[in-house]
Amino acid sequence: MELICPAGTPAAFREAVEAGADAVYCGFRDETNARNFPGLNFSRQEMRQSIGLARGKGVSTFVALNTFMRAGAEALWYSAADDAVAMGADALILADFGLMAYVAEKYPDQRLHVSVQASASNPDAIRFLIEAFAAKRVVLPRVLTVQDIARLTRQIDCEVEVFAFGGLCVMAEGRCSLSSYATGKSPNMNGVCSPASHVRYRQDGTDLVSELGAYTINRFGPGEASGYPTLCKGRFEIGDVQGYAFEDPVSLDVVDQIDALKAAGVSALKIEGRQRGKAYVAEVVSSLKKALVASPEERAALVARLRTMSEGQRTTAGAYEKRWR
Amino acid sequence: MTVTATAALSLGPVYFLWDGPKWRDFYFRIADEAAVEHVTLGETVCSKRQHFSEPHIAEVVERLEAGGKTVTFSTLAMVTLERESRHVRDLIRDSVHPVEANDLSALGLLKGRPHSIGPLVNVYNAATARVLAARGAENICLPPELPASSIQGILAAMPGFSFEIFAFGRMPLAISARCAHARSKGLTKDNCQFICGDEPDGLPLRTLDRQSFLVLNGVQTMSNSCAVLLDDLAPLVKAGLNRVRLSPQDCDMVRVADLYRGVLDGRIDGEGAIADLARVYPGVRFSNGFLHHQEGAAWVSRGRNAASGGD
Repeated sequence: MELICPAGTPAAFREAVEAGADAVYCGFRDETNARNFPGLNFSRQEMRQSIGLARGKGVSTFVALNTFMRAGAEALWYSAADDAVAMGADALILADFGLMAYVAEKYPDQRLHVSVQASASNPDAIRFLIEAFAAKRVVLPRVLTVQDIARLTRQIDCEVEVFAFGGLCVMAEGRCSLSSYATGKSPNMNGVCSPASHVRYRQDGTDLVSELGAYTINRFGPGEASGYPTLCKGRFEIGDVQGYAFEDPVSLDVVDQIDALKAAGVSALKIEGRQRGKAYVAEVVSSLKKALVASPEERAALVARLRTMSEGQRTTAGAYEKRWR
Repeated sequence: MTVTATAALSLGPVYFLWDGPKWRDFYFRIADEAAVEHVTLGETVCSKRQHFSEPHIAEVVERLEAGGKTVTFSTLAMVTLERESRHVRDLIRDSVHPVEANDLSALGLLKGRPHSIGPLVNVYNAATARVLAARGAENICLPPELPASSIQGILAAMPGFSFEIFAFGRMPLAISARCAHARSKGLTKDNCQFICGDEPDGLPLRTLDRQSFLVLNGVQTMSNSCAVLLDDLAPLVKAGLNRVRLSPQDCDMVRVADLYRGVLDGRIDGEGAIADLARVYPGVRFSNGFLHHQEGAAWVSRGRNAASGGD
């Protein structure tokens, strides 16, 4: 299986290449990609140089244009696609049907990967994407068990990529407006979720309160470790019970299921984390690269090491295991 | 204020789990009394619920058609299991009625047949709408998240094509493989005991500071506030909007339809209708923030009349 690694900066890109990535994915510095955070992403020149650097080392570059085109501003997405193709991107990762149609028609030889944001979760959906846009690979939404994935790959003629490590969406990706309901900014339209621009921490007596927009997302008592107010990982009240209504502040880790994913016909494992620093990228990529070829005993040590890198240092296999539902 | 052009009212599928008789009686009354022209129905949120409405579908369709409504069947919003794939395929193969696609599997299977696109398919621009129209889509209900500028842009780019907006009801904001509703009651999705049926209008989720925020509806998460795009319709209809969707809540939807029809026909002014609506669906906050390019929970009122308070 290929290892697909994140890069939010040219420095992280170089680290990922050095650490053994088979492909690096990244985006331009604007709303055309789903990690549109301040200080992140690539200018046109940085992208061109990074693609060249990767190519020299036999590493592929996937350019993520995985937000939905804003009506009236489609030219921003079209020109990003034009430029990525001209720079020699090995694949474009797309979510918007209009943009997929543009790329499929104008650049029929360009590899088109379907972003997780498109939410293709079954064989008929993937056949549609192959038939309509000649998709070569689909990144699966995190709503399927390993068994579901195995059943799916047998029925389709398309590569499948899955998330293996990093941030975890609790909701089906690309189908969530929770962030924009609270802040006006969404992954689909703006490339951000629970954006820092709308985050506020305030002290309330002995509690630290984290807020997103006008809403309290969590309250931390004295001595309790606080965390970033990602909406779906907040604590809420239902009836008179308070708790993590959707998911605890955990991140995804299915490294101990690598063999099962391979047997399920998965072509590539993806690491989430374009917003993470270069040291994180280097560490996670090299550990996962080793884990892919390690014996089960060696892998256990690598898994333990990786876990210390995770958000809140707690991880879950999420939807890959049926009991998560 | 008079709206010169006009739009048809449509009723979206019931997103909540209502028991069979409640579901049937709701549609019987819609058939006999509601000022809606189009009705889209069928379980959209969770395949486990299908057996509740299925025994009543035939009589409901018959009654709606006798009442002069056109009937469309909705497909599931999320398809992951073989059983769910089979259900979508069977529905599309066997249905004599048009089908509304709410996920990508239906989009593929419906190619070349007249069909509709539901608000749970991501149509954010005219380029995407054109792709779907070329495959046979004849009506597209745009996602609730779209601001007015996007809606206007799409309408302007495809004159004559039938577009619809989500104009009343708690907004579907997210869907998950995990059932937060079952989980809140100590159950899991696979052993849920259909516990979401206990809350026919959604299970309120508040912040730790007791702010109303969301409601849970099985695997779906919805806004606590009710989208009310009522005083906002005139410019959209003028720009060519064809249909206005009302999403069923556990309130008097016949009266809701009357108010929307009255505003569209210029018989009632928007502000007055909103005050009436607050009596028809009491204790629920209204919102129209997405349309006004703000957070979706926001309420932007043209007059001084704020939306009702409540939980």
